[in-house]
Amino acid sequence: MIKLQRIERVFQVGDEQIQGLSDVSMTADAGEYIAIMGPSGSGKSSLLNILGLLDRPDGGSYELDGILVSELNEKEQARIRRHKIGFVFQFFHLVPRLTAFDNIALPLMLSGMKQEERQTRVTAALAAFGLGNRAQHRPDQLSGGQRQRVAIARATIMQPAVILADEPTGNLDRHAGIEVAEILEELNRQGITLILVTHDPDLGRRAHRQIRMVDGRINHDSSHNKI
Amino acid sequence: MQISDILSFSLRAATANRSRTLLMLLAMTIGVSSVVVLISLGDSARRYVIGEFAALGTNLLVVLPGRSETTGGPPPLLGETPRDLTLNDAMALSRTATVRRIAPIIAGSAPVSVGHLEREMLVIGGTSELFEIRHLSLSQGSFLPPGDSTKAQAVCVIGMTGRQELFGRQPALGQWLRIGDRRFRVIGVLASSTVSLGEDLGEMVIIPVAAAQSLFNTSSLFRILVEATSPEGMEQTRQFILETIRDRHEGEDDVTVITQDAVLTTFDRIFKALTLSVAGIAAISLVVAGIMIMNVMLVAVSNRRAEIGLLKALGASRRQILTLFLTESTLLSLTGAGIGLILALFGMRLAAFLFPQFPLQLAPWASAIALAVALITGIIFGLLPARQAAELEPALALARR
Repeated sequence: MIKLQRIERVFQVGDEQIQGLSDVSMTADAGEYIAIMGPSGSGKSSLLNILGLLDRPDGGSYELDGILVSELNEKEQARIRRHKIGFVFQFFHLVPRLTAFDNIALPLMLSGMKQEERQTRVTAALAAFGLGNRAQHRPDQLSGGQRQRVAIARATIMQPAVILADEPTGNLDRHAGIEVAEILEELNRQGITLILVTHDPDLGRRAHRQIRMVDGRINHDSSHNKI
Repeated sequence: MQISDILSFSLRAATANRSRTLLMLLAMTIGVSSVVVLISLGDSARRYVIGEFAALGTNLLVVLPGRSETTGGPPPLLGETPRDLTLNDAMALSRTATVRRIAPIIAGSAPVSVGHLEREMLVIGGTSELFEIRHLSLSQGSFLPPGDSTKAQAVCVIGMTGRQELFGRQPALGQWLRIGDRRFRVIGVLASSTVSLGEDLGEMVIIPVAAAQSLFNTSSLFRILVEATSPEGMEQTRQFILETIRDRHEGEDDVTVITQDAVLTTFDRIFKALTLSVAGIAAISLVVAGIMIMNVMLVAVSNRRAEIGLLKALGASRRQILTLFLTESTLLSLTGAGIGLILALFGMRLAAFLFPQFPLQLAPWASAIALAVALITGIIFGLLPARQAAELEPALALARR
């Protein structure tokens, strides 16, 4: 389902060129649960950005669901992001002035869905994530765990094929972190491909497959051991 | 995205930060209200002057003695005397179908006295037709009688101020007064004093033109007012006047014919130019407001980097981001313009209340212009910040703070 081939990404910092990703190739099947791990600066977030079409590689190709997405233009990439990919961030990235309901409805609004249909979809999502009585709360009135649940509800509202999570528990206490991890794993059991980036070895061990990155290269991929 | 969503999202974004929103609204309000008020003042002044001229009469041509062109060459051998415009010239002008009325006029100043009271007043020599041409109205009695204008009847019509000063509480009608060394009987009083083109009708005494000729000992007319039957007949009448006078003055074009139209058009042009230049000065404040909007929106874009990155991650295209931010700045400038317009309306109402003698009101097209300019300002000055937002790299925008 995901096929990266010889991905290169170079960052320009002042006069210096930093090799963010070099010669990264990997594949992932639908429904996999992958943890990308490694020290900071190892390129795991860069890899996640490339996977999420938030960043363009300087070389190599990226195929998602049979589409060569690395060749698409900006507008088509936006469409792919909207329909196939859901994002969960460490800092939640909820819009502070919008209620939980409206935050979850954002992707539906951007896709131009009608108000009534949005209403039923978002209400169902709120209930499914145990936020039924928090619909009209703004993010600053929610706990960290609740915020991340709103963010996950938002990431899944378009029924994407992949969820990309960047340190989803990094800003939560242990209890809320485990809760969020369980929610993500439940989604994975329902068939969504789950790729998460983490520092946390406990969270990383829960994944079915671990990819370890060092200096912009894939240093270790647990799936290769099994073969 | 649906239009209602774009509007509500932008509206909420615009109102999220109150002090910022108020500042922008204030700038726009001041800009728009100053433009509207200044345009309206200019336009009111224009309409005031035009109205004054129109009150002189309709389809009016004014014949003045003397010509307004330069002739040159050696001095003539025989001394050339300027030919006066005479009563006979005026009579000759009435002999065409396109002329409805003519009014020969002699004007001068003379002491008017009743008993021991004496007052210097403007003495106008006219005919019965002056009444219709100048749209005069009477409060008492009748105007100069129609008939042979060469007959110097000793009657007069007096203005309201003059009547009150000279006769006080006594009835004026039928009484005699003295102008210079002649006696005239008052047969009418003009309606309460109005000011027409700076001439105070209240300070005026109107006597038959022939009487004025002998009073001022002149045969020369001050001017002839000619009223054409229709606006279309104006040019034809003008030609007729010039030809007739040329025939009667031995082939010399020695009169000037001013059409009321030409005067009106000139004043119209002058005042429009004035209004536009004043509006142009006021428009500078709109530009300042625009720069303010740009500034505030730029700050908003950098404050909301994470939100923009998020919207992109959620599948917003560059175009959608552009639209959202442009809508936001346009909404703000339009709201400011709306408030400015209301403020201007009340300002003009207040001015009209304080100065009832001038026709002060909001120029109808001022609001349209102000709204259009506000819209354009919002879009132009919102474009740069909106583009900056749209071009933001999502990965960078979402990077940890």
